[in-house]
Amino acid sequence: MTDEPREPVPAQPQEPEAAEVPDLTPVDPAAPEAGIPQRRSGVGGTLRGLLLPALALLTAFFVGAFVIVLTDFEIMGMWGSDPGGALGASWSAVVMTYGALLRGSIGDPGQLFSAIVSLDWEALRSALVPLSETIISATPLILTGLSVALAFRVGLFNIGAEGQLYVGSLFAVIVGFSLVGVPWFIHLPLAVGAGFVGGALWGFVPGLLKARTGAHEVIVTIMMNYVAYNLITWALRTELVQREGRSDAISKIVEPTAALVPIVEGLRANWGIVIALAAAVAVWWLVFRSTKGFEFRAVGFNPRAARYAGMSISWSTVMSMVIAGGLAGLAGAAVILGGSRTLSPGFSPGYGFDGIVVALVGNTRPLGVVAAAFLFGALRAGATPMQSATGTPLDLVVIIQALVILFIAAPALVRAIYRIRAERTTGTEVFAKGWGS
Amino acid sequence: MKLELRGITKRFPGVVANEGIDLVVQPGEILGLLGENGAGKSTLMNVLYGLYAPDEGEILIDEAPVRFGGPGDAIAAGIGMVHQHFMLVPVFTVTENIMLGVEETNGPMGALDRRAARARIVEISERHGLKVDPDALVEDLPVGVRQRVEILKTLYRRSDVLILDEPSAVLTPQETEELVAVMRSLVEGGTSIVFITHKLNEVLEVADRITVLRRGRVVGTTTPAETTREELATMMVGREVDLVVDKVPAKPAEPVLELRDLVVLDERGHPAVNGLSLTVHAGEIVAIAGVNGNGQSELVEAITGLRDVDNGEVRINGRVFENDPRAVYAAGVAHIPEDRMEDGLIGDFTVADNMVLTSYWRAPFSSGLRLNGDAIVESATELVDQFDVRTPSIFNAVGNLSGGNQQKVIAAREFSRPLELIVASQPTRGLDVGSIEYIHGRIVEKRNEGTAVLIVSTELEEVIALGDRVAVMFQGRIVDVLDPSEATFERLGLLMGGAHPEETQPEEAVEMAAAAAAASETDD
Repeated sequence: MTDEPREPVPAQPQEPEAAEVPDLTPVDPAAPEAGIPQRRSGVGGTLRGLLLPALALLTAFFVGAFVIVLTDFEIMGMWGSDPGGALGASWSAVVMTYGALLRGSIGDPGQLFSAIVSLDWEALRSALVPLSETIISATPLILTGLSVALAFRVGLFNIGAEGQLYVGSLFAVIVGFSLVGVPWFIHLPLAVGAGFVGGALWGFVPGLLKARTGAHEVIVTIMMNYVAYNLITWALRTELVQREGRSDAISKIVEPTAALVPIVEGLRANWGIVIALAAAVAVWWLVFRSTKGFEFRAVGFNPRAARYAGMSISWSTVMSMVIAGGLAGLAGAAVILGGSRTLSPGFSPGYGFDGIVVALVGNTRPLGVVAAAFLFGALRAGATPMQSATGTPLDLVVIIQALVILFIAAPALVRAIYRIRAERTTGTEVFAKGWGS
Repeated sequence: MKLELRGITKRFPGVVANEGIDLVVQPGEILGLLGENGAGKSTLMNVLYGLYAPDEGEILIDEAPVRFGGPGDAIAAGIGMVHQHFMLVPVFTVTENIMLGVEETNGPMGALDRRAARARIVEISERHGLKVDPDALVEDLPVGVRQRVEILKTLYRRSDVLILDEPSAVLTPQETEELVAVMRSLVEGGTSIVFITHKLNEVLEVADRITVLRRGRVVGTTTPAETTREELATMMVGREVDLVVDKVPAKPAEPVLELRDLVVLDERGHPAVNGLSLTVHAGEIVAIAGVNGNGQSELVEAITGLRDVDNGEVRINGRVFENDPRAVYAAGVAHIPEDRMEDGLIGDFTVADNMVLTSYWRAPFSSGLRLNGDAIVESATELVDQFDVRTPSIFNAVGNLSGGNQQKVIAAREFSRPLELIVASQPTRGLDVGSIEYIHGRIVEKRNEGTAVLIVSTELEEVIALGDRVAVMFQGRIVDVLDPSEATFERLGLLMGGAHPEETQPEEAVEMAAAAAAASETDD
């Protein structure tokens, strides 16, 4: 394998010609990349990291409020004749819409409280339904987000999480329906593991091509998405996979022994979330506490220095893509095994692509990814109840999601709005390499 | 134009970068501004160039106070700056780069008038001996010529005061000489130059007056006639500095590094190292002098296992390591790479992480897959102390440290274990006097302990001061190996330029050699 040094990561936003100041300058201690135990308050650091995303969220909802009002023709018509009434109506429309969104994603606090007080299981169950739905939506996003974030750490832009997810789901389904009469504690891990293997295979190809030939992973992973999607469509019509007696592309049903069952009877939230959270912990440990993660990050930040230190850039490239693919494959397995237990084309509403956003919003840190995935999961889960309760179209949620991303992608804008001073950091964000590599 | 700074003070949070600085630049003079890294030179020049507003003090041009709101004001006032890192667009031609920002246009559509610009550039470059092809793309030009483009840029904007920030840092000795000639020509035409540097020889050679900064204050102004290198160094550092590397005679022992007929290819597949043989013994320093690009980088990479050996062999204590940097490391080879920030360190990593960059994979820093954070922290704390790395904490990003401290981090990492061989490329490039003294001291100390040392440097002073033997590399070969006592600047310069060793020997020696040859012929 060629171990040619890659172009270093494009310069992080640099300060103009850093001032030449004496050595004793107290430089921002929050700047460096956390690799080894940091002697600084972890909570303080995390809170600071959350400030900008929180403000971005706030701003997105603020702008979203205008969208709600501006798209309501009834209110718009009132402005001419009764501005006071229009203002009041606008306010109530915004409050109702956001209230419905919140109730649909987290739940009604009052209902939850009374359910706890009354100790009525049925009431409690129904109060927890929105949260359960949020968890279901967040599960695949955590995994695809981790997939993209891990590759980012090594300086690779994995656009292929969607394809990896599909191949993972195919592998999981095949193992899921073809083993019969196996106890669940063997069958389920095998099916989930098959999902990982399928995704890993799909990540391995672009990783290998990148390491061997320098083929740009963005192009290769995008193309691999098409291959994956059409491969699934074909596979679903083969005798091996297609459900008996069906002419459309749909797989056989996964045996109950391979299903990710609900954690609590009566709620849809299943053990997939536990897999996702465990994966987040595993990725965190791998990236920040293991020797391989040290190599990953070194290669991501400065491949030349990594090579000089005796690390293999090829190995890190291939390995990180394999693990990233595996994580996306797990997402596919979790969706299928925890949901319909059957595979059909187009079952993913773009979990792989949303993973890119989740990874960026989460600042490529596992904890951030989990938080971002829950945020977007909540928006998704709350959208349908919001639409049925207030008539606000589902698209508002997509708009808010887009606004959140927009404000997070432009931190300078948020800082300017809230007059926050820029931190003097060298930037802990990792950006994938440009086209020149 | 007379430029004066009065009582300039500039504070940054927690630090005073400039304090009450007074400075005068007379028309047609070269003022050398000397100071260590971090003395406040660049801050001062950025104030002068309008990039920073001073907290106190004023700038006067021809006795009249001026205020600069930004570089535009400074340029309009006739101040031109050549930054250490060039501000050029690589895919533009020289002409386009020079006219950028002050484009002349003609016609109703405001088309660029490249022809008029080109004519003026040719005129200016001929007047000052700044040879440049105005139609060449900047990306095709060597560094020295790019610098000329930067100087032309300022002249094109009719600057009367030119600020050159560390102009020689990126130049070869020959290019530096050409730069000096250009500077002389400019001041003859009435331009004033502020020449920022930390190199003592240069400032003594070029400047009319020298102002020394230390810790943000002016410590004194003098002229080259009135001062010496030693005195300037003391002013800069604030204590007496050993400019001569203090070392006892070498006691070379058994050979450690043996290179035989080594051939190493560069990226394009051409032999960069072409049949090179050299032996470095335990307890001696062999310094390789040479103009950049004569195969030094490839040689070092081949020795340290980073590049394939095409032919010949590299033996370290008799063993051959093929393209396995980690095995070379484990055999007790320390490597100080040519470019600290590109190759030696990961700027975003902490000091502690950088300290284990080459050893994280072995005990006690890891066990199996697990990094042992406590051991890493413990070792880094000790090394920072032992190697006097000035950093607020070991958890600071190494990219935020000064160049000297970054090099100390590398030295700490590489020297803090039992060593057989040190391979150091440009170990003191861009460092100030104090740091150079420190790094040199550490290298000599290791040599005295019996480590074999190979230094590659383009700084002749360093080569002569440090080497127990001086080898000259030219086009991938060692053309001669000299004793430092006979390695004069002139002789090394000639050898580095490709002259035959016989041509460079003192005349007597040549005659004697000729006589000996004649004698041996008659003997036959």
